[in-house]
Amino acid sequence: MPADELIGHGRHVMTVCNACRYCEQYCPVFPAMERRLTFTTVDLAYLANLCHNCGECLYACQYAPPHEFGIDVPKTLAQIRLRSYEDYCWPRFLAAAFRRHNLLTGFGLAAGLIALMLAATLVVNGGDLLRPVGSGDFYAVVPHEVMIVLFGSVFLFAVAALGIGAWRFWQDMEAAAKPARGLGALVRGFRDVLTLRHLHASGADCTSAEETRTPWRRWFHHCTFYGFLFCFASTSVAAVYHTVFGWVAPYGYTSLPVVLGTAGGAGLVVGIAGLLIERRRRDPALADPAQDGMDQSFIALLFLAAFTGLLLLLLRERAVMSTLLIIHLGVVLALFLTLPYGKFVHGIYRTAALVKYAKESVGA
Amino acid sequence: MSPVNGDQELYDVAVLGGGNAGLCAALTARESGASVVVLECAPRHYRGGNSRHTRNLRCMHAEPSQLLTESYAEDEFFSDLLRVTGNNTDEGLARLVIRGSAGCPDWMRRYGVRFQSSLRGTLHLARTNAFFLGGGKALMNSYYAAAERLGIRVMYDTEVVGLDVHDGGFRAATALIGGRSVSLRARAAVIAGGGFESNLEWLREIWGQAADNFIIRGTPYNKGTLLRLMLDAGAQSVGDAHECHAVAVDARAPKFDGGIVTRLDCVSLGIVVNAHARRFYDEGEDFWPKRYAIWGSLVARQPDQIAFSIVDAKAVGKFMPSVFPPIAANSIRELAVLLGLPPDGLETTVAAFNAAVRPGTFDHGVLDDCRTDGLTPEKTHWALRIDSPPFWGYPLRPGITFTYLGLKVDERARVLMRGGETARNIYAAGEVMAGNILRKGYIAGVGMTIGTVFGRLAGGEAARHASR
Repeated sequence: MPADELIGHGRHVMTVCNACRYCEQYCPVFPAMERRLTFTTVDLAYLANLCHNCGECLYACQYAPPHEFGIDVPKTLAQIRLRSYEDYCWPRFLAAAFRRHNLLTGFGLAAGLIALMLAATLVVNGGDLLRPVGSGDFYAVVPHEVMIVLFGSVFLFAVAALGIGAWRFWQDMEAAAKPARGLGALVRGFRDVLTLRHLHASGADCTSAEETRTPWRRWFHHCTFYGFLFCFASTSVAAVYHTVFGWVAPYGYTSLPVVLGTAGGAGLVVGIAGLLIERRRRDPALADPAQDGMDQSFIALLFLAAFTGLLLLLLRERAVMSTLLIIHLGVVLALFLTLPYGKFVHGIYRTAALVKYAKESVGA
Repeated sequence: MSPVNGDQELYDVAVLGGGNAGLCAALTARESGASVVVLECAPRHYRGGNSRHTRNLRCMHAEPSQLLTESYAEDEFFSDLLRVTGNNTDEGLARLVIRGSAGCPDWMRRYGVRFQSSLRGTLHLARTNAFFLGGGKALMNSYYAAAERLGIRVMYDTEVVGLDVHDGGFRAATALIGGRSVSLRARAAVIAGGGFESNLEWLREIWGQAADNFIIRGTPYNKGTLLRLMLDAGAQSVGDAHECHAVAVDARAPKFDGGIVTRLDCVSLGIVVNAHARRFYDEGEDFWPKRYAIWGSLVARQPDQIAFSIVDAKAVGKFMPSVFPPIAANSIRELAVLLGLPPDGLETTVAAFNAAVRPGTFDHGVLDDCRTDGLTPEKTHWALRIDSPPFWGYPLRPGITFTYLGLKVDERARVLMRGGETARNIYAAGEVMAGNILRKGYIAGVGMTIGTVFGRLAGGEAARHASR
């Protein structure tokens, strides 16, 4: 759907919803909508990013297709969400990546980076990849400085791209309606993010089909989200060990970085597998198929990163470690490079929207 | 389970109509162990009759709960009912419904119905009415899912076209399924087919040509077929065929099924004129519920059954947003042209109105002292000059919600025949018998209360009859 048509449809949907309001206790989308009489593109982006795509409101809607009003909130907001990712993307020319991204480009990027790192390692190590057998010393394969520079720069780029996008979105939302500041609102917004409260806001579990509510989507998302955080914490702790205390890897199986990394990796593998199964069961009426590519790419890279990471831990004393390490690092690099242009950004924008919502709700 | 050739199957209870009352009857009958079939004339997506457009149920209660604030006693409920019906009710049945309403929420919850919390949201009826989370379609989804779980057979796209009723005894219903005629036999039947508000021919018989300009707010499937079949079979009627509940809706609403979003709430903030650009009723007479209830028939009595609500910039943000955009103009003359009204006439009407407006303190929350002096008709409250562009116009039509004509029933939901005897095994519930309790007027949520209480009653009685 062209941008104008999509925004026009979004306005139509929200106008009908605002005249009906039967769904007002399902989630924050509807109370936020009720505070507005008209809907700008920014308002729609805000509402779209508040939506957790649960589906309750579609099944409850007496105006849902085939009714001539054609009210399909989850799908329309999903489409507007994608549009908002593109609108706030940095650098702008990479906005095209959201739609062109798919499994093939994700794997291609990972494969390219693996090949590159393999070549570089071969050159540095004098053509011998398999030298550090059995030591579990990753830095013997890829030197510590190389890792710092390579991952540091990619990480900083990803953080900058995500941060600028989020900042632009936030500025637009604040310009549209600027309520009072409040630390309480910030806390409430983050609590809603960390608990996924609005996936079960209506008191029962998350909808997976009409009159079918199960907790699984929420739990698998928690596994994935906290798995990711644990992996991130593992890397951060290791960095502190190395730079502050001078404790050099490899770390023991009961050390903090390894325990965190193992728990995180396991969470990711279980969570992602579960989310994929849930995804296949979901009602197509709720989804925007234009996002399948970027979703799949992110999910696959995240899964591969977790899987190769766990494998690496398991086999770090074996000869295959060098190859595995390079594959793992290539996948992680590809994952971070694509973070700002795929499914991952939903977390950033939803957090911004939920904090905004908490701010708006103060005293309401 | 046997295919559509129902001749082989003898059900304990056949429920004719798959709205709120029908499903309450079906679930209750099944609860008592009966085998149950529900015949719903709509396809699955449009199932549930007018219940899909409802939102709440009026409920007597002694103390505050998660659903309802404070308390709402039987006598207060009854006096509310008397007020809107002008004392025109069957007290026994009305009190039966009111007492029965107290137990409804718990029963409904058992079948997966969820309610809104009374502590959140912006609801004006939090003391008297329990609101369904997600509204009436969500409620119907819960009931249908429960029906499926319990092994109730539901047949969609199944329109009853004939009833085999002799001497007040039901034997079978003839239904059309995909053009095929099928006969379904049952030991007892519950009639829950709603009113006849979407039967355009029937409406024309009563209101003549004017009916062509009516908008039907609810389902296109309430054609009153079951009501007519029962009347033809000798059932006693209740309620006036010439009465229907109508509200003013946006004239741009679809002919059917526009539901809640086509209502318009700006009448009191400006003036309302007819096709000749003349005012015809005090726009500031009363608050929303009363206003809501009378403006449908007021518009129906105007030429071509159309009227126009006109407000100015001062009204913006003071009423529920409408689903249709206002027709806007920077002058009254220009607005008249856009609305198809005589420009001179509208200018004269607005000028006369503005000249008659007396100074006052505007307060939309009370019957304020902003009024006109020297007009016919006067505007007695909330009268402010219409002088700040942009000027907005909304076309209005009568929007029919339901009809009052129904089947007379007794306190066990049994249909009464014209001879005065009760039907042997025929029960009625919901809109098709609401006229016993509500012969005119309406209070929010009472239709769902009648449907739920009588649905459960009819289902239980039908199952008991079938087990004998």
